[in-house]
Amino acid sequence: MELNGGSVVAMIGKDCVAIASDLRLGNQAVGVASNFDKVFPVNDKLYYGLPGLATDVYTLKEHLRFRVNMYRMKEEREITPKTFTHLVSSTLYEKRFGPFFIEPVVAGLPTATELDPHPKPFISTMDTIGCITTPKDFAVAGTAQDKLYGVAEGLWEPDLEPEDLFETISQTLLNAVDRDALSGWGAVVHIITHKEVITRTLRARMD
Amino acid sequence: MVAAKSVEAPNIGFDFSNYARNQFFGERLQGIPKATSTGTTIVGVIFGGGDSGEEYGVCLGADTRATGGPIVADKNCEKIHYLTPQIRCCGAGTAADTEFVTNLISSNLELHALSQGRPARVVTAMTMLKQYLFRYQGQVGAHLVLGGVDVTGPQLFTVHAHGSTDKLPYVTMGSGSLAAMAVFESSFRENMKREEAIALVARAIRSGIFNDLGSGSNVDVAVITKNGTENMRNYEMPNERGIKSRNYKFRRGTTAWTKEAVRSLIVSEEIKSTTGAGKDQGGVEVVPVPTGAGAGGEEGMEIDT
Repeated sequence: MELNGGSVVAMIGKDCVAIASDLRLGNQAVGVASNFDKVFPVNDKLYYGLPGLATDVYTLKEHLRFRVNMYRMKEEREITPKTFTHLVSSTLYEKRFGPFFIEPVVAGLPTATELDPHPKPFISTMDTIGCITTPKDFAVAGTAQDKLYGVAEGLWEPDLEPEDLFETISQTLLNAVDRDALSGWGAVVHIITHKEVITRTLRARMD
Repeated sequence: MVAAKSVEAPNIGFDFSNYARNQFFGERLQGIPKATSTGTTIVGVIFGGGDSGEEYGVCLGADTRATGGPIVADKNCEKIHYLTPQIRCCGAGTAADTEFVTNLISSNLELHALSQGRPARVVTAMTMLKQYLFRYQGQVGAHLVLGGVDVTGPQLFTVHAHGSTDKLPYVTMGSGSLAAMAVFESSFRENMKREEAIALVARAIRSGIFNDLGSGSNVDVAVITKNGTENMRNYEMPNERGIKSRNYKFRRGTTAWTKEAVRSLIVSEEIKSTTGAGKDQGGVEVVPVPTGAGAGGEEGMEIDT
């Protein structure tokens, strides 16, 4: 986990979610890449982040792409955030005694259904063997996890509008990774609302 | 002709293909990442019957803190897992293991009940759990308090990760088990009333929450009788956070960004009317209807307003 570095944070706002990650890829102390994005889309309104060992980021990303494509073909519909979370969890638990060194973070907006016409925005995270946590406020993972917990606990408040959520999640991520040697070297934030997905690359400290 | 090898490994059971690689990483780096554990206080009591005059049942309780090392990973997790409509299982130890083992046995119990044509018994759940856990020699870190009501009456068991079980009228497990057991040993009586049992369980869990570092947040309670199960999620919340007195919202525009990409999810729509007496239709003469007496005559009839 401490080989490549990297952190991800997700937050819930008013009818929107945001997920952000840093861009560093390193080999312990040596920085190798500053464009290593760790957040990927599943579909329009569902994104997930994979902080941890970089080789497992690629493996898991491709594995999940396969599983989601199979789901889409069999079910003839898009996967929901909650189901995707359980899909990732089962994939991780399969390797219970030789786990992937990844602690995924999932963020998405469920689509309205008849049973649930006003679904709440969804975020979740899990440990390396797939124990799901579904917080109501924010989810953090990666080498700067402890710092992210602290900053997010202080800055987050409920019902933030998309633009305010952007400020809060950006400041949370930037300030937490500035205190972590293995994370940083740039940051990307995705804000997901029902209308649009805004992706912004932040100006961050490059040391 | 060589048969193509399957791309996917079989989806049944555990996959050990990363084991060797992870041992190597464990030596090279600071060690393997710590899995989330539920430090926990979980308890169970049997109540009712005998002198109390009330029907018998089982009352289970749990705290709601999940830890990852010294950090609290989840402030309000659910540790009372569903097995069958009349059986519940509290889980301590490695959180993923308790979650998956209870899901697996719950699934198998439902199949078992369907094939046997009668509701599953608590001893069946206990036997399935212990045989599974023994097979993995304690590597599946699930320490459970299993309770339920079936045709043989109220049953309460503990199941340890290595596969041993105990059958008792009152039990506690987890890092807060000593704190909770202290409460039980002083206040437990046989044949308690339902309200008494719930109060005792809540006290035992509170004792764990406040005295044990691995337990915290809220009290969850589940009461099982032969008529059904009542799940009281967050029965007590003695650790509610105070309201923040200051607002920490940032002024919009505080954060500097270098690139922005907006992906609009709304496809633009253009509505073109082609039905009825639309003015767009070619070859149709627009004949104004004269106003006058008659139904709707006063306001006149305007086509396509």
